[in-house]
Amino acid sequence: MALYSEKVMDHFRNPRNVGVIEDADGVGEVGNAKCGDIMKMYLKIENDTVSDVKFETFGCGSAIASSSMATEMIKGKPLEDAMNLTNKAVAEALDGLPDYKMHCSVLAEEAIRSAIDDYYKKHPEKRKDN
Amino acid sequence: MRIYADNAATTKMTEKAVEAMLPYLTGTFGNPSSLSSEGQRAKEALEDARARIARCIGAAPREIIFTSGGSESDNQAIVSAAENGKRKGKTHIVSDTIEHHAVLHTLKKLEKKGFSVTYLPVHENGIVRTDELEAALRDDTCLVTVMYANNEIGTLQPVRDIGGICRERGIPFHTDAVQAVGHVPVNVIEDNIDMLSASAHKFGGPKGTGFLYVRKGVRVLPFIEGGAQERGLRAGTENVAGIVAAAAALEEAVSDMDEVAGRLTRLRDRIIKGFSMIPHSALNGDPVKRLPSNVSFCFEGIEGESLLLLLDDRGISASSGSACTSGSLDPSHVLLAIGRVHDVAHGSLRITLGRDADEEQADTIIKETAEVVSYLRGFSPVWRDLCSGKTGFIL
Repeated sequence: MALYSEKVMDHFRNPRNVGVIEDADGVGEVGNAKCGDIMKMYLKIENDTVSDVKFETFGCGSAIASSSMATEMIKGKPLEDAMNLTNKAVAEALDGLPDYKMHCSVLAEEAIRSAIDDYYKKHPEKRKDN
Repeated sequence: MRIYADNAATTKMTEKAVEAMLPYLTGTFGNPSSLSSEGQRAKEALEDARARIARCIGAAPREIIFTSGGSESDNQAIVSAAENGKRKGKTHIVSDTIEHHAVLHTLKKLEKKGFSVTYLPVHENGIVRTDELEAALRDDTCLVTVMYANNEIGTLQPVRDIGGICRERGIPFHTDAVQAVGHVPVNVIEDNIDMLSASAHKFGGPKGTGFLYVRKGVRVLPFIEGGAQERGLRAGTENVAGIVAAAAALEEAVSDMDEVAGRLTRLRDRIIKGFSMIPHSALNGDPVKRLPSNVSFCFEGIEGESLLLLLDDRGISASSGSACTSGSLDPSHVLLAIGRVHDVAHGSLRITLGRDADEEQADTIIKETAEVVSYLRGFSPVWRDLCSGKTGFIL
């Protein structure tokens, strides 16, 4: 069996939403270079919806694929859905990840949450529980 | 056509080795321990192979013990020397920080059993210093084990000098020569070696076959108990076909070593020069005292596994010391030992050329690697921070 599913390889070879949003409403970065994975997410929010998302990733194939898949899963979706995206959902959408690579999907979940937190920090009035 | 540049992992069997092997799978298939004519013909082939392999490294046939490969040979040599030492109250071993895990894990096990091990540093160039080795020797040192050539960064250790120092002090010297035999001239007498481990699949032979050289007068203990094969030192019916193929492969490697090593050295240096044009990159290990086939590089701002996968897509098989390729969170112990910090060690690439490598292959490797590194840096947040001055370049 190959190390990665066809889906992982597809997202790794042709990552979606790669890049930077210069005037992003929220930016989140997680991981560290010491461990070999860093993900950075840029969000554009309009009407409580993720109108655009871009990512930059330093990491292995599954880290790049997880970032790509996660951005695809939240683009155009309500902010609340993005907030609730789980690493499990990302891994499932990729047709699974090897056990020791599951942390890559966790990083994707955390990167999105971190970017949303950043957005709320800049726009505290938008936070629903306020 | 694909370029296989992962020859330190394993090599393709040479045609001569395959040809040599085939008759012993179905024709001369006998058990060398059996008295049947099939068995006796197999025994003849086995002893012929032993003599030919011994000749290739300057040994006597009786000094060769066939094993399953490098790891088994390393284990048997080290454990034997340790047990011999212990009987004389000697429980200190000297080794270094960049040994193969077959050596390091064996030493760790011995440490748990009460042995103390000095791991010599290898410094920035990946080479042990003989004055430090000399200083580490003690009256209770029962073994020095230092590899001939490193599997990741290709550095060649001063084996002859180390062996000379050990011989003078009467300390057994073992060398893991898995990456060296068949690639650089190895002569157990000139190199002052007491025990040497080798593996056939690293020099064009089959997997599952290796040998341990044990100098006459040095005692090793059986590692696998059973029959009286290999003069009682390694039980189990001999892998006759594999051993015959190993002999054919090694003879071939030794006979054209000058030509192959000369050509690979030129190609190696060509790739090193090409990779050096990639900004913020660095060669791992000594530029000269290294295997002819080995190029090991670190590229800042990218991670090795993604580099490997994309090179594989482009038809190049290579290897990396990044954490993601090892299945652990830490990058290679060898890269850390030569002072590469984690961030940089993750972005490593190992190219190990095959005996058929040519200039076209080398240039393709340079071009494709430069493109993939640049592509991955294009969306690496680490690279962005380095370029914007937010963090400082290491390389």
